[in-house]
Amino acid sequence: MSDFFQLIFQGLGIGAIYALVSLGFVLLIRAASVVNFGQGEFSMLGAYLLVVFFNILGLNYFFGIGLSVIIMAGFGLIFAYATYWPLRFRGGLPVIISTIGASIFLQNMVLWLYGPSTVPIDGLFDSDGFQIGEVFISSQYLAIIVIAAALVLLQYLIFEKTLLGKKLQATSQDKEMASLLGIPVVIMIMITFAYSAALGGLAGILVAPILFVSVGMAGIITLKAFAANIIGGYGSIPGAILGGLALGVAETLGANYISVPYKDAFAFLMLLAFLMVRPQGLFGEKISEKA
Amino acid sequence: MTALSGQGLDGPGANPWRGLPQAVLAIIVVVIAARFAPAQGYYLNILMQAATYAIGVLGLVVVLGYCGQISIAQAAFFGIGAYAVALGTVDFHINFFVALFIGVALSGLCGLILGLGTLRLGGHYLGMITISFQQILTLVLTNWIEFTHGPDGVRNVARPSLFGFSFDDGNTYLALILAAAVMVTLFVWRLKTSRLGRAMQAVRDNELAASTCGINVYGTKVVAFGISAVLGAIGGGLFAGGFRYISPDQFAFGDSIVMLTMALLGGATSPFGALVGTVVLVLLPEWLRFLKQIYLAVYGASVILIMVFLPDGLWGFIDTRMRKRLKPFTDTVAPLPLLAQHGEATEEPVLVVEDLAKHFGGLKAVDGVNLIVRRGTVHALIGPNGSGKTTFINVVTGLYEATGGKITFVAQDITALAPHNRNRAGLARTYQNIRVFRGMTVLENVMIGAERPGNDVATNPRDVIARALAALDFVEMRHDAHRLVGDLSYGHQRYVEIARALASSPHTLLLDEPAAGLNLTEKVELGHLLKRLKGHGLTIMIIDHDMNLVEQVADHITVLNFGKRIADGKPDDVLSHPDVIAAYLGEPRKNEAA
Repeated sequence: MSDFFQLIFQGLGIGAIYALVSLGFVLLIRAASVVNFGQGEFSMLGAYLLVVFFNILGLNYFFGIGLSVIIMAGFGLIFAYATYWPLRFRGGLPVIISTIGASIFLQNMVLWLYGPSTVPIDGLFDSDGFQIGEVFISSQYLAIIVIAAALVLLQYLIFEKTLLGKKLQATSQDKEMASLLGIPVVIMIMITFAYSAALGGLAGILVAPILFVSVGMAGIITLKAFAANIIGGYGSIPGAILGGLALGVAETLGANYISVPYKDAFAFLMLLAFLMVRPQGLFGEKISEKA
Repeated sequence: MTALSGQGLDGPGANPWRGLPQAVLAIIVVVIAARFAPAQGYYLNILMQAATYAIGVLGLVVVLGYCGQISIAQAAFFGIGAYAVALGTVDFHINFFVALFIGVALSGLCGLILGLGTLRLGGHYLGMITISFQQILTLVLTNWIEFTHGPDGVRNVARPSLFGFSFDDGNTYLALILAAAVMVTLFVWRLKTSRLGRAMQAVRDNELAASTCGINVYGTKVVAFGISAVLGAIGGGLFAGGFRYISPDQFAFGDSIVMLTMALLGGATSPFGALVGTVVLVLLPEWLRFLKQIYLAVYGASVILIMVFLPDGLWGFIDTRMRKRLKPFTDTVAPLPLLAQHGEATEEPVLVVEDLAKHFGGLKAVDGVNLIVRRGTVHALIGPNGSGKTTFINVVTGLYEATGGKITFVAQDITALAPHNRNRAGLARTYQNIRVFRGMTVLENVMIGAERPGNDVATNPRDVIARALAALDFVEMRHDAHRLVGDLSYGHQRYVEIARALASSPHTLLLDEPAAGLNLTEKVELGHLLKRLKGHGLTIMIIDHDMNLVEQVADHITVLNFGKRIADGKPDDVLSHPDVIAAYLGEPRKNEAA
């Protein structure tokens, strides 16, 4: 039984990462109808920035994290300007392709600068973790879960309790109407890109001590975050979080009890099952088009 | 798929041999070139890669370019074909072509299953399920070591021989796959102007309108996806023979993305675009190799730049410039036989609606409406905004499922039929917010109407073109036959939509607010058109707010309010009915008419 709780804890930890990346996805889908295939590169860049600030320049670890996240927010704006802005009136597909182009570009730029080797990086705490009964609580996983929960709470407060949040929500629901009401829609979309990139960067930083930093570190995470987004309900914020956690737990259990080599398959099998049986996901709306 | 038609209007489109001479010529050229060109080693590999990838990308042209469904698993289908050939020839010692056939059949089957599971849902769901399929396939290829050889891959894949002639030599094999690429290109090109191809494009441009034009939207999408899976496997099988060594990482997610990018960069709506895109993206990394480590970064950036500056892809850029040179059509055409199938007006009931109800949760949008449309009459349905008129039409045409009641059309109970089957029974409609197939020409739009299964011309491509032209002539749009519908003004698009419905020789035509969005001149023209239709004895049901227009044409008026019928009868009786004045007209009619 202790095994089981150990796995649940670990699954929630990795699930929290999926949830954070998935959240970044969902915000962009809602604000700008953009499916961003470069979302994973945000995480990869965030982790590499921390490598630069901490491993190379020797700055304070937490200061380095803060700096990386701020730079990622700025990078989100550049990303939006390059991939979304020129194609914003041309429907979903061209933007998807240009984010794919951006993803190839970013991966290979980093590859050129840092080479293909994997870089280890310190975790948030000196201690690896502690024991509760027979369950070992890894401090990094615990931190990921706590930070993810705090961010979700913060985001909830911003969206529900502030004017900025209301404007962001209005933009995501109806851009035309929002702009008629005097909401600067462009700025709202840009804020979303910046926030989404910062969130992705932070997710990369948090997962870096576990997976190590490499060019391809975020590839599979991105796809699973995407799967989490569908399982939770396409474009649903609570869905993204719950979907991410559910996926993390399911694949950790699956890898342990069923098959290790097929660990990565569980996410996609779950996705297939959901698409066939409950395509609107856990929290999604019913799918229909108005005549 | 024998129904073919071309760009021309004199009927060459009906020529079943169209494109074949060019294809034969192309095959001869590529075979000779491949056989005798001094293509060795490196260049041979590049050419083989381009030719086999092109076949896979042509599959994407069908599913994405024609049918508008995003598939991110083309490399997976490619991989199924490749592994079938590799494992078949190496481990099971079966004939190359038999192995290829097994791969193609397996891939098509996977495509059908995935398609049947998700294509009922719209939008991005196919994209998502294909991502999953892609990932799972990669994991299986990597981990099922005893069957697939795992990450080591399969070596010494055999090349085929046919009737004692061996394709073992590199150049000979290249000739074989180039010839295959030409044939697949011909097939995909011909598909575009076939009935099935038009149906796919209609689904891409507007699913709802396609369904009310007699097209089985779901079936068409499944077939398109199935074809793309089959072509993917053909490309992959030939790829395996070409390189003689395959491994799982050649058919991964990234490769699916590369194929998708090839299709879009070239221009996914044309097979030639796919060829251009494939060749460019196979060569681009090679050309950029002088940039050493950053060549893939430059490649990524080029993808963004091409998307931004060439919206329709490389081929689209060329094609739009060629289209402008097509001459407007000026020949005379036969008149439109509006009543070809239905005989004269007899005033017998055509459409009988009994106790029809449609509830959205607690909202009773249509609440027990009875109505009879008689043959040869113009029946107007009027009422204030939100009274349920459009919902009524949507339930009658099958876009919404009825909550209760019965709809009988030409003595057939159609209450439970799918929209395309109601159209096949002879029910045609237009939409309040015009729904035309914007990516297609005016003529193609109307041909889709004429191809309604059950129409008298539906089976003969020549007659379909003639009927479409006659319908266009009726609405005086014949000269614009070659233009893209998306380039026309709003009013003209409405005429195309009406012509599309007329070309299907409907038993009943449902017009949902045809005057909406038209300017005054256009409204007057529309009035004349409706009177001409009425003069021909066509059975029409019209919804409109323009009382002037309604009074001019209506034989019978039904008034709805809050989903209920509040009046029904001859125009004069209905329009002076106190409830109608209170609910809709608002004041005595004398003032209103002014």
